[in-house]
Amino acid sequence: MDWNFLSETFVSLIAAIPLTLSLAGLSILFGAALALALAMARLSGVAVLDWFARFYVFMFRGTPLLVQIFLIYYGLGQFPAIRHSILWPILRQPYWCAVLALTLNTAAYASEIIRGGLLSVPHGQVEAARACGMGRFMQFRRIILPLAIRQALPGYGNEMISMVKATSLASIITLMEVTGVAAKIISETYRAIEVFVVAGAIYLAINFVLTRLVQLLEYWLSPHLREPRPFLIPTTEGDAP
Amino acid sequence: MNQPRFFDILSFGPDGWAKALLAGAWMTILIAITGYAIGIVIGGFGSWAKVSGGSATRIAADTYTTVLRGIPDLLVIYLLYFGGSTAVTAIGRLFGAEGFVGFPGFLAGSLAVGITSGAQQTEVFRGAFKAVHRGEIEAAIACGMSRWLRFRRIVAPLTLRHALPGLGNVWQVVLKESALVSITGVAELLRQAQVGAGSTGLPFDFYLIAGLLYLAISTMSGVLMRQAERYFNRGVRRA
Repeated sequence: MDWNFLSETFVSLIAAIPLTLSLAGLSILFGAALALALAMARLSGVAVLDWFARFYVFMFRGTPLLVQIFLIYYGLGQFPAIRHSILWPILRQPYWCAVLALTLNTAAYASEIIRGGLLSVPHGQVEAARACGMGRFMQFRRIILPLAIRQALPGYGNEMISMVKATSLASIITLMEVTGVAAKIISETYRAIEVFVVAGAIYLAINFVLTRLVQLLEYWLSPHLREPRPFLIPTTEGDAP
Repeated sequence: MNQPRFFDILSFGPDGWAKALLAGAWMTILIAITGYAIGIVIGGFGSWAKVSGGSATRIAADTYTTVLRGIPDLLVIYLLYFGGSTAVTAIGRLFGAEGFVGFPGFLAGSLAVGITSGAQQTEVFRGAFKAVHRGEIEAAIACGMSRWLRFRRIVAPLTLRHALPGLGNVWQVVLKESALVSITGVAELLRQAQVGAGSTGLPFDFYLIAGLLYLAISTMSGVLMRQAERYFNRGVRRA
């Protein structure tokens, strides 16, 4: 084992982590908002919105993410109308193209997860909220959404992990995130295995922390499933050890 | 510049790219099938190791699935493509060959797809095996079937029935993952689209066509998958 090379590789890959995290973080954030909109379009009962959402999900889940990235990064520049529009300063940058592609892609998968969550909210709870006199928006904000999130969280955790993995494709459009730097080091030194071990460990660490955070959120969102705290259990005198 | 129009690209004529793109699509299917088959073999052994192996094999299988499901597939392709080339070059040098020997992209690609999908297939088979009713296996033992006969006649067919939906999902993932093999230079669908985009200056048209072809392949395989499910679930009463 060449520890010197391993630590050098580790240092250069560590420097690339912020880019990987910002790609994943931004696209998960934007993607969640778009996914919620898509899921609500599916459940809205308006035929046009429903079919648009279905078509969207079909297109983005049926094609490889790499094709979507190429279509946005290389493809959009083909049209003079886009090249002369105010969006061009954003769309010419590989970073924003990657964020856009990842966002549109994750929204398709996440909207199905959120739809499942929304459908799982028991009717009784909604009826109870209505009986309390809550308006539609308040019902959604206080009852439906929190319950749906709780239900959708395990599936959404998986989707977030696959987004962290998907950021690696940004390296193909010249972004030097963790995989990009790893590929560069491999092609310079031809020591694939060592670089792979270090880069793989970094991704595993990120995903480990992510799963723990999701578990924490799940714990926080489901107080009714927790064991009661011991000092809240009423004890009678003489029972104490 | 005299650019071809969208439908000129799709023709089979001298200026058309239909032939190249269809050849690429066929190569994509080949890579996906090869990788998927490798994944099934790995998944079979992996799930066996998890279900009935000793503690050492179980830890090995757990490590494999955890690592391969936690790291990007692109990294695995880089490892096999570059690492494979290094290994082949070293072996070539042993036999007196000079210079760099490249690892075949097709092999690197389908191995990478197989190794990554194998981790998912391991979990699919493990879950499916757990869904097999214990009573069926007990009945087989009571009939005096040997381990192998039991596996062949009872466990394997029943596991496969429960595994089919999950296997269908893995197939869709593998199909899309095969697009990554384009970085090794194999003339699959995305690679052909890149070549076309480069030589005509129409990237949007080519990537759109590539996307539609992927969509067509995945839709067709979805139909086949549903038929297979219907076949393997014959004789099962639906509630």
